[in-house]
Amino acid sequence: MPTLESIAPVGDTDTDALPPLPGPLVPLLHEVRYALARLIDEGSEHRIDLHALPLNTTLIDQLLAFIGRGEVEARIDAMGPTRIHESATPGVWVVDYRDADDQRLALHLEIASVPQILRTDRATLNAGLQRLDAGLAGAGDPSPPS
Amino acid sequence: MAATQTLAEQLRAQGVSRRGFLKFCAATASLMALPPSLIPRIAEALEAARRPSVIWLSFQECTGCTESLTRSHAPTLEGLIFEAISLDYHHTLQAASGEAAEAARLQAMRDNAGAYLVVVDGSIPGPEANPGYSTVAGHSNHAILMETVEHAAAVIAVGTCAAFGGLPRAAPNPTGARAVMELVDDKPIVNISGCPPIPMAITGVLAHYLTFGRLPELDAYRRPLAFFGESIHDRCYRRPFYDQGLFAESFDDEGARQGWCLYRLGCKGPTTYNACATQRWNGATSWPIEAGHPCLGCSEPAFWDAGGFYQAVSVPPRVNAEALLGAGAAGAALGAGTALAARRFTRHEQQQREPVTVEALEKRL
Repeated sequence: MPTLESIAPVGDTDTDALPPLPGPLVPLLHEVRYALARLIDEGSEHRIDLHALPLNTTLIDQLLAFIGRGEVEARIDAMGPTRIHESATPGVWVVDYRDADDQRLALHLEIASVPQILRTDRATLNAGLQRLDAGLAGAGDPSPPS
Repeated sequence: MAATQTLAEQLRAQGVSRRGFLKFCAATASLMALPPSLIPRIAEALEAARRPSVIWLSFQECTGCTESLTRSHAPTLEGLIFEAISLDYHHTLQAASGEAAEAARLQAMRDNAGAYLVVVDGSIPGPEANPGYSTVAGHSNHAILMETVEHAAAVIAVGTCAAFGGLPRAAPNPTGARAVMELVDDKPIVNISGCPPIPMAITGVLAHYLTFGRLPELDAYRRPLAFFGESIHDRCYRRPFYDQGLFAESFDDEGARQGWCLYRLGCKGPTTYNACATQRWNGATSWPIEAGHPCLGCSEPAFWDAGGFYQAVSVPPRVNAEALLGAGAAGAALGAGTALAARRFTRHEQQQREPVTVEALEKRL
């Protein structure tokens, strides 16, 4: 019987069908590979701002095509949309920050278990707890949380 | 008011969530050309950063620099950063006027002595000039500048007029206009040149100061390297046409229609350092070269007097290419001749100048 660890994620996993890789992208992908190895060994995360690199739109499109898409997608609506998807390489995320006019503010490759912007911090968790308590109290909960 | 709220509190008051704040930090890092690994540090610093008091002085200027920063069509990153400062004095934007306005400036200077920032747009008639050329509340621009910067933490000269003198300083400089850095020599100064400057460059400097409590790395003209470190030419999308020798020769020829390089139409991109090619204008819609017009070089010193806007940069003003080649063996003589010709031209223009009085204008009308 297969274990949970042996089940592969869904996504573009066919390495034979990979599009060609232009020369300028090779060192960048080596940086991604090194960061992924460090994430596995040491748990340390890494980010690369593609918007700040001298890559034109064509090269960025070729890079995104090469790393493919995995099974996770998310969208955050805060100060304009932020679109996130996991690449076909689990642990390598594409985070596209946009402003209210949908203009790109930054485009990150984030090498992490979960992108930082998706995590909920402690202060926000506490705010959520207070909101839930207030809702229960307002609904006439006979046994409100202490 | 300035010291009571942190930047994070200010953003939360505007309805920005924790994730919105992290996005703000990511965009700020990208804006300042900092590695994204610094985002957690930026977030930590901005969480605790107090709103700095800013006194904005407008002198011999056209208000284009303020328009550049405030005319956003939607809530933007630069808008949020601008909201994050405590703008305690600004002629154009403040509600107060007259003595109340000047009292606000003096109050901000007293309350934040040693910690406030002074933003200047416009050039200043120097101490030797007639103070009547430009005054505020009956005081000369020079007197107000020197009084205000005395206890400032730093001075940010916004726009080419404040940074290098700009249009008011163009020959023959009738008001004796000077740049801020020629008058203030005992404070850190940042020049954000451009006519007008790119709004992201203004807010990038403010964000850097908010984050790190100091000014960013500067070039030889004291401009932030993050925005002025590369020439327009090097980041221009038409650069491959220059490399192939494909140039537009007029504004309506086949080369212009094909989007070829505008060098021969006078583009100053090779000698101009600014971020127009990467940041672009009007919500990143376009920029002059994309609209088919050569770069005027507006972020460089003395750009008004640097020859015709439509003369290629390698051809000196008033000397054609053939004359330059013919004078190759006598370069020094040509240089002297050009300078002499320029002086003669200036003298001629001065002799031709006709001062206009109010009475004369009324007669004509």
